[in-house]
Amino acid sequence: MSAQAQPNSFRTGPDERGHFGTFGGRFVAETLMPNILELEKAYEEARNDPAFHADMASYSTHYIGRPSPLYFAERMTEHLREVSAASGRSGGAKIYFKREELNHTGAHKVNNVLGQILLARRMGKKRIIAETGAGQHGVATATLCARFGLDCVVYMGAVDVERQKPNVFRMHMLGAKVVPVQSGTKTLKDAMNEALRDWVTNVADTFYCIGTVAGPHPYPAMVRDFQCVIGNETHEQMMAAEGRLPDSLVACIGGGSNAIGLFHPFLDDKDIEIYGVEAAGHGLDKLHAASLSGGRPGVLHGNRTYLLMDHDGQIQDAHSISAGLDYPGIGPEHAWLHEMGRVKYISATDQEALDAFQLCSRLEGILPALEPAHALAKVMELAPSKPKDHLMVVNISGRGDKDLFQIAEHLGDQIV
Amino acid sequence: MLKTQPMTQRIEARFEKCRAEGRAALVTYVMAGDPDPETSLAILKSLPKAGADIVEFGLPFTDPMADGPAIQAAGLRALKMGQDTVKTLDLVRRFRAEDQDTPVILMGYFNPIYVYGVDRFLADAKAAGVDGLIVVDLPPEEDDELCLPALEAGLAFIRLATPTTDDKRLPAVLTNTAGFVYYVSITGITGAATPDFGKVATAVERIKRHTPLPVVVGFGVKSGAHAAAVAEGADGVVVGSALIDALKNTLDDQDRATAGTIEAVTKLVKELSDGVRSVAKRAAA
Repeated sequence: MSAQAQPNSFRTGPDERGHFGTFGGRFVAETLMPNILELEKAYEEARNDPAFHADMASYSTHYIGRPSPLYFAERMTEHLREVSAASGRSGGAKIYFKREELNHTGAHKVNNVLGQILLARRMGKKRIIAETGAGQHGVATATLCARFGLDCVVYMGAVDVERQKPNVFRMHMLGAKVVPVQSGTKTLKDAMNEALRDWVTNVADTFYCIGTVAGPHPYPAMVRDFQCVIGNETHEQMMAAEGRLPDSLVACIGGGSNAIGLFHPFLDDKDIEIYGVEAAGHGLDKLHAASLSGGRPGVLHGNRTYLLMDHDGQIQDAHSISAGLDYPGIGPEHAWLHEMGRVKYISATDQEALDAFQLCSRLEGILPALEPAHALAKVMELAPSKPKDHLMVVNISGRGDKDLFQIAEHLGDQIV
Repeated sequence: MLKTQPMTQRIEARFEKCRAEGRAALVTYVMAGDPDPETSLAILKSLPKAGADIVEFGLPFTDPMADGPAIQAAGLRALKMGQDTVKTLDLVRRFRAEDQDTPVILMGYFNPIYVYGVDRFLADAKAAGVDGLIVVDLPPEEDDELCLPALEAGLAFIRLATPTTDDKRLPAVLTNTAGFVYYVSITGITGAATPDFGKVATAVERIKRHTPLPVVVGFGVKSGAHAAAVAEGADGVVVGSALIDALKNTLDDQDRATAGTIEAVTKLVKELSDGVRSVAKRAAA
């Protein structure tokens, strides 16, 4: 895995053609190429404009509610130290939660949407389209569109519309049009196909607000940059709390935007262990959504990355209890970090995530979304074997309110 | 510049023949394996007899993000019947055994080709009798992936130009294009809105200022009258979704072919062919 030569820095990508190693690129229809190039140019200008950053900072503080706290999860820490002691190890890392679930709209998604909507305004685009899986990116997009008076159309797989009803209703309340996508497997990948079809059709006035670090260049880099606020704050907050950097980072991965946002500022601190947690669904030998653990390189949705597919390159159904992780691909930068061996990619099953959800709720009084519950599941596994002075940060990327009905269904009589 | 020119004789000869007859070419698209491999082969064989000059054969893909509902569904029908790239190349081989003159263009998305292996795919496609490739999600920015290897292997890489491809960008789009240029007459997905055919001639003229290659026009052509309107201003007319709709309307409730399936397609191709042939064009000098 790490047989390749290591770069001097893991933070300089992508190259000018949007490649992270062999991953990334711009695999889109000709109709979209002029738009992609226009976006790249506009983003480059915005990135170098102090006024854009000042706008971002102001809305981040007053509208989103940043910075999000870095919280010492004391009872989770104690519990896992007991687990450690019970197995004769006398360890147990000190666990911190990065509280992205406290952001306005309840997840990390809004960090990226704010950036893209401010960019769309600079570009004079009046109509915003987005795809959504769990609905968190759709809600964030609908929210910012309401705030700035922009038309908003959100594509959502019909299956996801069914399992994430509270978010569908939220989007309606915010004035967005939610289009249930009936094609293919009716989940996130099909929502992305449909959003791309809309963009090809309405190319002149429409801005496509992609929700994760995937899609054609410049999206993976741009979305990452907007999410890096998570890792940058964590850096500062951990220095303030402990006087040093963390020893490990853990985050869940669907497309991988909350994870890259936490990881990226620390990639060159080579002593820091970094764990990305994919969704293993029913198990890696059954239906799952773990593209790195169970897939191989291919080309979909504008970039080369690891994909779940059959012998002929046909994309396979992903499965996860978490709609936000239910995607057969992963951001290209993660594919590269995987091949370089800088980030260790592991996975958690539906059941492990449900267990972690319950434990976190009862120990910390925090209902995590099912997505970060996957990360918590691996914290429960990793932390007991670490020494007590090991500082572990887990990104609580969203809150669990949206998942309550679904969780109740899964737990059945256990919760009544 | 390329060291070797692609072997586009069959394509060139076919456009030459159409020019000699003073008319535009009819280019038809059907999906390989839809609704089953044998029927799709029978349809492919029937197309030149019904008046098609060049045949495009679709490579099915689960996630065709530039295609409308008709072609999406056709691909899924084919995949359900077990169609894959190996089987599609085999159908081309069998078509080519009986027809040495009609150019065959494979059209689809990159991932199945990438997974098959680019070099192996090009060798097998060439051996099967394929003349050119149209791969929707490979813009000039990704020419290293397939376009340049295809040209080296002697296959034409046919590029899509669109209304968003402005004069500044056209040279990049046309540089490594061979065989012909496919002008997509709308910004949109296949089978969607019918464009203003009056604007087609102007658009084709714009492209022709940048290339000596024939320019064919597609997207939104559904009838003989449409075909005639497009033929006025273009070197060729491409029809896809309308043929797939005609096919689909004959399938039973299990999506199986019926007695009328092949004829429904050839009937529409005849109408389109009549449309194209109703417009007399100046023969090339």
